[in-house]
Amino acid sequence: MAQKTIAGKKVEVNDEGFMTNPAEWTKEIAAAIAKEEGIPKLTPEHWKVIDFCRSSAASSGAAPTLRAITNGAGVNTKDLFALFPKGPAKKVAKIAGLGKPEGCV
Amino acid sequence: MKVFLVLGAGTAGTMIARKMASKLDRQEWKVVLVDKDDDHFYQPGYLFIPFGIYQPKDVVKPKHRFIPGNVEFILSDIELIEPDANRVKLVKDGRSIHYDYLVVATGADIHPEQTEGLKDGGWRQNIFDFYTADGAAALAGFMKKWDGGRLVVNVVENPIKCPVAPLEFLLLADWYFTRRGIRNKVELIYATPLSEAFTKPTSAAALGDLLTRRGIQLETDFSVGQVDSGKNKIISYDEREVPYDLLVSIPTNMGAPVIARSGMGDDLNFVPTKKDTLQSQKWENIWILGDAANIPASKAGSVIHFEMETAVENILAHIAGKEMTHQFDGHSLCFIESGYGKAVMIDFSYEQEPVFGTYPLPVVGPFSLLRESYINHWGKLAFRTMYYDMMLKGISVPLPTRFTMVGKNLKTKTKK
Repeated sequence: MAQKTIAGKKVEVNDEGFMTNPAEWTKEIAAAIAKEEGIPKLTPEHWKVIDFCRSSAASSGAAPTLRAITNGAGVNTKDLFALFPKGPAKKVAKIAGLGKPEGCV
Repeated sequence: MKVFLVLGAGTAGTMIARKMASKLDRQEWKVVLVDKDDDHFYQPGYLFIPFGIYQPKDVVKPKHRFIPGNVEFILSDIELIEPDANRVKLVKDGRSIHYDYLVVATGADIHPEQTEGLKDGGWRQNIFDFYTADGAAALAGFMKKWDGGRLVVNVVENPIKCPVAPLEFLLLADWYFTRRGIRNKVELIYATPLSEAFTKPTSAAALGDLLTRRGIQLETDFSVGQVDSGKNKIISYDEREVPYDLLVSIPTNMGAPVIARSGMGDDLNFVPTKKDTLQSQKWENIWILGDAANIPASKAGSVIHFEMETAVENILAHIAGKEMTHQFDGHSLCFIESGYGKAVMIDFSYEQEPVFGTYPLPVVGPFSLLRESYINHWGKLAFRTMYYDMMLKGISVPLPTRFTMVGKNLKTKTKK
């Protein structure tokens, strides 16, 4: 497990840069990771999705899937892709300080 | 009499019903198995149908042939599962069954209607699936007459059954059109929602490399939002367009509708399951086996074979009021047919990604991991016989349950 300093705070990350301890996450970290991922500014629309993912993960223990986000956060798939380009589920999970969504091989 | 009820007589349901019927006291327990029909498909065989290697008749046998006499087999649709009342309502005769223990093994199916435009005019004209026997047969008919163009294979979303099947389809297509002498007229494109050819780093690199060497193009991070069958193109949510002449779609895979009706599933109707014990996350007398579960393992027959020991031992322990000691490790083993008489093998678990090396198997092995070989191909072909004649009939298959690192090489990261 590697350590990385994001927004001035030392946090645990895995080899793909996903934080491994959601408790270490802060809003400043979210903004910094978002920048690295090509999202210069997090808008209220972004935060709606991030907050949903944080609370979903807190109750289920895992980052939500794309479908769980669109069904639960009140955002349609197209808008979600516009907010978090390419792989939204993966990208939100990273920004929200959650582990990589558990995919299967 | 106590009732051990199994829903679904596919791979997982058939195997667990047989095993439990032989383990449980006959004086005390009755094992009941329910399915909607009597066709047992060998699903891995679908892949070979479009290329004329198998015919539909090669991949289906009657279910009842694999169900032993000490299991009551009922043919009926399932109306509703009522887990809080330990009861299942069947469609046939309005019958209800009270159970003491329940296994849900209702599998997963494709749902093309989940994607806008996928089932419009082009469906079964120049858009096909190969995840059903009739879809694969229709595609075979089309491919035989096709004189070339852009063949796009598109995975709509994950998880899907047999995650390597789309890659196998493309590799076999390269071989098939080469053999027909029209490979130079065929473009092969793989449009996937993943960022690489496959999920985990080592195998993604190795399999990506194999696609490149076969002249197969990769369109990554492609989440299809719409199929425009009038203009023959698929359009992603971020508005990229991929034109096709022949679209081979792997539509959204979902658990059985009865799971949704019964309020037991997640967003894709898969049942939340403890990934180590295979018990339901919510009901302690329910186990979920095979494709119906939401565990992060492949939806594949080999996984069911590896799950079986854990499931049987844990269910028996639970019935006896003892601690459950068996833990499923997410073990999965897949052959990836690559054409030209060769195949690749991958062997992995929850913790360990697929790597290079060898897979030891007495007499016939070893198989080669992440590399093509002839022996892997013969292993893949032999599997159909092993499946129908051994696995389903309760005859021990020489593939040990636990994932092992024996033969695996962690140092090799790329194919040399």
